[in-house]
Amino acid sequence: MRFASHRDIARAVERGVRKAGLPIAYSAGFTPHPKISYAGAAATGVASEAEYLELTFTSPCRPEDVRARLDAALPDGIDVVDVTERDSEPPFARLEASHWQVTLPGVPRAAAEAALSEFLAASRVEVERLTKKGPRRMDARAAVVSMQLDRRADEAAPGECEILRMVVRHVTPAVRPDDILVALNSVAARSKAAQNGVAGLAPSAPPVITRLAQCSLEPGPLETAPLGTDPNGADPNGADPLGPGCEA
Amino acid sequence: MESVYPLLEPLLPRVRKPVQYIGGEMNSVTKPWESAQVRWALMYPDAYEVGLPNQGLQILYEVLNGCDGVLAERTYSVWPDLEALMREHGIPQFTVDGHRPVSAFDLLGVSFATELGYTNLLTALDLAGLPLTAADRTGDHPVVLAGGHAAFNPEPVAEFIDGAVLGDGEQAVLTITSLVREWKAAGRPGGRDGLLLRLAAKGSVYVPKFYDVTYLPDGRIGSVKPNRPGVPAVVAKHTLMDLDDWPYPSKPLVPVAETVHERFSVEIFRGCTRGCRFCQAGMITRPVRERSQATISDMVETGLAATGFSEVGLLSLSSSDHSEIHEVARSLADQYEGTKTGLSLPSTRVDSFNVTLAEELTRGGRRSGLTFAPEGGSDRIRKVINKMVTEEDLIRTVATAYASGWRQVKLYFMCGLPTETDEDVLAIADLARRVIKTGRESAGRRDIRATVSIGGFVPKPHTPFQWAAQCSAETVDARLRALGGALRSDPGYGRAIGFRYHDGKPSIVEGLLSRGDRRVAGVIRAVWEDGGRFDGWSEHFDFERWQQAAVRALADTPVDLDWYTTRERGYDEILPWDHLDSGLDRDWLWQDWQDAVAPDGVAEVEDCRWTPCYECGVCPAMGTEIQTAPMGVPGGRPLLPLVTTAPVQAGTPQADRG
Repeated sequence: MRFASHRDIARAVERGVRKAGLPIAYSAGFTPHPKISYAGAAATGVASEAEYLELTFTSPCRPEDVRARLDAALPDGIDVVDVTERDSEPPFARLEASHWQVTLPGVPRAAAEAALSEFLAASRVEVERLTKKGPRRMDARAAVVSMQLDRRADEAAPGECEILRMVVRHVTPAVRPDDILVALNSVAARSKAAQNGVAGLAPSAPPVITRLAQCSLEPGPLETAPLGTDPNGADPNGADPLGPGCEA
Repeated sequence: MESVYPLLEPLLPRVRKPVQYIGGEMNSVTKPWESAQVRWALMYPDAYEVGLPNQGLQILYEVLNGCDGVLAERTYSVWPDLEALMREHGIPQFTVDGHRPVSAFDLLGVSFATELGYTNLLTALDLAGLPLTAADRTGDHPVVLAGGHAAFNPEPVAEFIDGAVLGDGEQAVLTITSLVREWKAAGRPGGRDGLLLRLAAKGSVYVPKFYDVTYLPDGRIGSVKPNRPGVPAVVAKHTLMDLDDWPYPSKPLVPVAETVHERFSVEIFRGCTRGCRFCQAGMITRPVRERSQATISDMVETGLAATGFSEVGLLSLSSSDHSEIHEVARSLADQYEGTKTGLSLPSTRVDSFNVTLAEELTRGGRRSGLTFAPEGGSDRIRKVINKMVTEEDLIRTVATAYASGWRQVKLYFMCGLPTETDEDVLAIADLARRVIKTGRESAGRRDIRATVSIGGFVPKPHTPFQWAAQCSAETVDARLRALGGALRSDPGYGRAIGFRYHDGKPSIVEGLLSRGDRRVAGVIRAVWEDGGRFDGWSEHFDFERWQQAAVRALADTPVDLDWYTTRERGYDEILPWDHLDSGLDRDWLWQDWQDAVAPDGVAEVEDCRWTPCYECGVCPAMGTEIQTAPMGVPGGRPLLPLVTTAPVQAGTPQADRG
């Protein structure tokens, strides 16, 4: 499902809602649309364990009933994990950052470590991305709250595949995980390690990027699941070397 | 059989629209490989976005997967970006269901809605690791079968396919399946040829290699004869007689990817009796077989529940001709009123009844555009093609449409019809202006539009025009240029009239492939070897490549591209498809062709659904009659309990439309 675009997912959800027979509300106007809104969607090619959407119904529904019916009506690969009723707060307001996992096939540990330390030490790392409105420059470093390598990957298969974990702030213009990979690559190229002959950060196959969780960055009790889901649900592997969710 | 997905997945981030290659559509089926004795790969030889919604393929997929011991998976053409990566990484043509290699299946069934998919067939065969030439295949390779409308003259691809199936596929695939099952269970007697002989003798499958074709010195065909015993001299088409027994698709596939049709389509009848002389579909799908009102209603209900689609299309070649269409439309409109379910009738017939129907279907909903197909610009040319609609009919119809709230009307025409003159085409401009003028008067406003869409006419096998000379691309292009100028010339109408057209060159290639014989295979192969792919897509189509390939491949023959396209054929000429029987009487077709071009006025043919039979030959050949007035619903019983309510209210006030 990671190859589906946001438009594809949105169409599937619309059909799922109809198929499930849920009393969805429609917008007024000449071409009524079902009232479904999405928090910032993951890009095409990126997998996600944590997408959020809001449905507006014309009559009260039991959250667990909505969850079960919608989950059954959606194609394999889109699972409805939890449904809660919205409170007075605007939806998605507390989704301030995302916890990403990036697997980098064929990247040696030393190269990844060198790139990370160079990147984290920098005060600013600019990257450029071609958008529909033309090239845009953005500071990739500023958006990164934390970044670490997953120790387990190296223990399991030394030197074959590195797994990067990072928490990235939702900013405008958006800094996406692939922008950060571009930034890492650019600092890796000019790092001391590269000059000493350590290989660069180019993976042997396209990296697999997964959003593990979305979360708030407010101080106070750690809130990994703003809509009240089980914090442990954010990481399907259970024990998380960085601690649950989005710890900075 | 192992999935190639682990090899494919790392390549997908590097190609355009990767979601089309992942499968996993709602209602798709992946059976365990070992659970089946007969395995079909079904292919639509075009991009996924075009192929996925294809009704024919979805029906066969469901029919076959509904059988124990049979599995069917789907495969589509891959775009050149993925093709290059698959070649680089050694990934074979795969199915999107189990991502299994096509070469592992028993049968590869390819549905050709158009001849422009032929080069894509070669890409798929080659990627699958199959020899392109059928004669080079062994017992280890799947049997390659062609179906779809283009299979009514499969001669241009005869070299590449093992067999062709003419007509309706539902029962035919089951017959073929049982023949393959028996042959495998018996220890594959006779090898590959043994199976092909069984299919030809007992399955009404046309196996080209069992027929020898000879040519006369002037290039025409001398004879087509079976070259072994047990093979019929003439192969008949398959006809499904009771559509109510086959209510498929009942679980339509719902893709995650965006496709060309995002709706649930119900075929309300098969066949057509209008007798439009250019229309191959109308000729080869005779006789008319209607689905009953009850079946249509059940299919709509089941299909919507299984998919979540919000639009239903009532499909057929001329949907408003269903003998109970008004009852069908009204009961569906009643049933789905207020559910945000859109109903549409691809209406191409020009009459006011169609507007009434469309009003019924869109009650409370959007009235964006209506489509009519007058096909010819002048009354004279419309008589030649037997499209029995006068200019006055058309004007009256569009006036009704604009007065009923529609703001946009699309008009379909053809260019390059037999006997056509420049004046016939220029008449389209006058007609369009009258449409706008009348529309402004009847709607009482100026912001109405009409779009003129025009395509090149291609003479097709099994039609009265199968003997006709195709109009040259130069003539078609010159007439389209003149029409474009005429449409733009009047500033009072210029903006209200849209003009869409295709140039004449693709039509010439389609003409070559439609009426070609076995010698055309060399042209197709040469184009493919030169990189020809996706010829139905203007950005991939390359006319010069086809022209040059034709010169090279036909160099040793007395024939050329013009011979196949712009040459008129005579009564005595053996046509490449004369040994393939669509049920139509050849002499009836010839008489109809003569009537069309008769210098002293054209004889028209009425619709045999309502008027006496005109002896096209189909009903006696099938031992049947046309089937109307849905069986089992005496007197058109309403489907739902009738509740008396206030007169129907349009949900959207008149002023909001537009």
